[in-house]
Amino acid sequence: MELITNSLAFIAGSAIDVLPIVIFLFAFQRLVIGGPMPNRKNIIVGFLFVVVGLGLFLVGLEQTLFPLGRLMAAQLTDPAFLHDAVGRGTAALVWQDYYWVYLFALAIGFSTTLAEPALIAVSMKANTVSGGAIGVWSLRVAVAIGVGVGVSLGCYRIITGYPLHYFIAAGYLVVIAQTAMAPKMIVPLAYDSGGVTTSTVTVPLVTALGLGLSEAVPGRSPLLDGFGLVAFASLFPIISVLAYGQLAAFRGRVSTSIPDARDGEKEESHAL
Amino acid sequence: MPGTAALKLKESFLALFDDAVSSLRDLLPIVFVIGVFQIFVIKAPVSGLMSLLVGGMLVVLGLAFFIFGLRLALFPIGEGLAHALAKKGSIFWLITFAFVLGFGTTIAEPALLAVAAEAAEVAANADLIARTEEAKSSYATGLRLTVALAVGVALVLGVFRILANWSLPLMIIGGYILVVLITTVAPKEIVGVAYDSGGVTTSTVTVPLVTALGVGLASSLRGRNPMTDGFGLIAFASLTPILFVLVYGMIA
Repeated sequence: MELITNSLAFIAGSAIDVLPIVIFLFAFQRLVIGGPMPNRKNIIVGFLFVVVGLGLFLVGLEQTLFPLGRLMAAQLTDPAFLHDAVGRGTAALVWQDYYWVYLFALAIGFSTTLAEPALIAVSMKANTVSGGAIGVWSLRVAVAIGVGVGVSLGCYRIITGYPLHYFIAAGYLVVIAQTAMAPKMIVPLAYDSGGVTTSTVTVPLVTALGLGLSEAVPGRSPLLDGFGLVAFASLFPIISVLAYGQLAAFRGRVSTSIPDARDGEKEESHAL
Repeated sequence: MPGTAALKLKESFLALFDDAVSSLRDLLPIVFVIGVFQIFVIKAPVSGLMSLLVGGMLVVLGLAFFIFGLRLALFPIGEGLAHALAKKGSIFWLITFAFVLGFGTTIAEPALLAVAAEAAEVAANADLIARTEEAKSSYATGLRLTVALAVGVALVLGVFRILANWSLPLMIIGGYILVVLITTVAPKEIVGVAYDSGGVTTSTVTVPLVTALGVGLASSLRGRNPMTDGFGLIAFASLTPILFVLVYGMIA
């Protein structure tokens, strides 16, 4: 019973989020473009599915993944657990002693990213636009590796307390070098994948991990050090997707199957 | 016309089944990770297995529904409007559309509400603002407006880049160099919040719409390639909030 009321509440919540966007799009079509919305029936049915789907998705996450993930983040960063695992007092812990945290960060960053709806959307689009050269699944795996590594490294930063912007600056130096070498077609997609990764599934868990960790580690404050994990999760997918493009180019697949970047006359198909 | 639409709808319902199957596959890695950590590291049994199973089914169903709706509504509407705007040839309306889409979808973003409230807490504790509810709430509202403005500006910049054919790497990397420079002079309490705000702005509904907008626009303009020119809007939407929030932290 509680599940049904919960589901309805979440669906209503996602409707409230989506409704202003729908109203804006329809109003813009009517007032600026003129005429009714093309394929109006499909659009309305589609939006209903988006709203109900997001609602159910969030209810399900709230019932399964989020409590488990939060609990796990709390347990792994619990001084008692760390003490048992290492056999030393909390004050004597060095950064290597948190290996379970790094491993968990890597695994949870990777697996939640695979299920991130916004990333699925962008991968589908990239697959269509690239004429199949970029695989939906391989792009998602590339991004997921980036998020996993990013979150793990972000945990290392919280534990050691190094300034956030050192890491970010170093990361972007890598991005600059890769941009110069990677195939041109992958660059915009790679830059986009940074922002795409961090939405519905990953952010709540990663934030819980960051706050738990900064509370548990001596000398860290959740307010000063708890933030910043999302930034890592946004930076490293850029690197991993660029690397994916470089790897694909190295194997000679991309260069043969993609039309030249400036071959603008050829109209892309919009069929989904 | 209604006949063909109905037919398409029926065909796509078959696709819904495929979506459910692939959603199941998408979620398996999470189940695996949580399971392994629960059994081998934490060594505690999982309680409420029934409720977990039901919840898992809801997640699968929800993801399948979302992807189904994505194909049916979010992608076509984004590309359709981009094509219509390009055909209309009015840069003013294109820019207005981009700005309102960015600003409007961000100001109501629930994740942003949460981050803004936390950031106000941080600022109050650091004595950047007064420790009253009033000061905190006005700081949080200011932050939300700042981020929404940043995303609106980001989409305008991104659309302008597609129109003018500017170099994306140059703009994005230039932007991040600016971010690192400003970080060195911004109050250190705002830095983490600012860097994270770039990630929270791009929600699950906004991303497909914005991607479709960019790809649609690039494919309807002569001399643009949807692959190299269509993507990149999200990259701007992740960058400008960092800059804007750092500056907000300095002046607020």
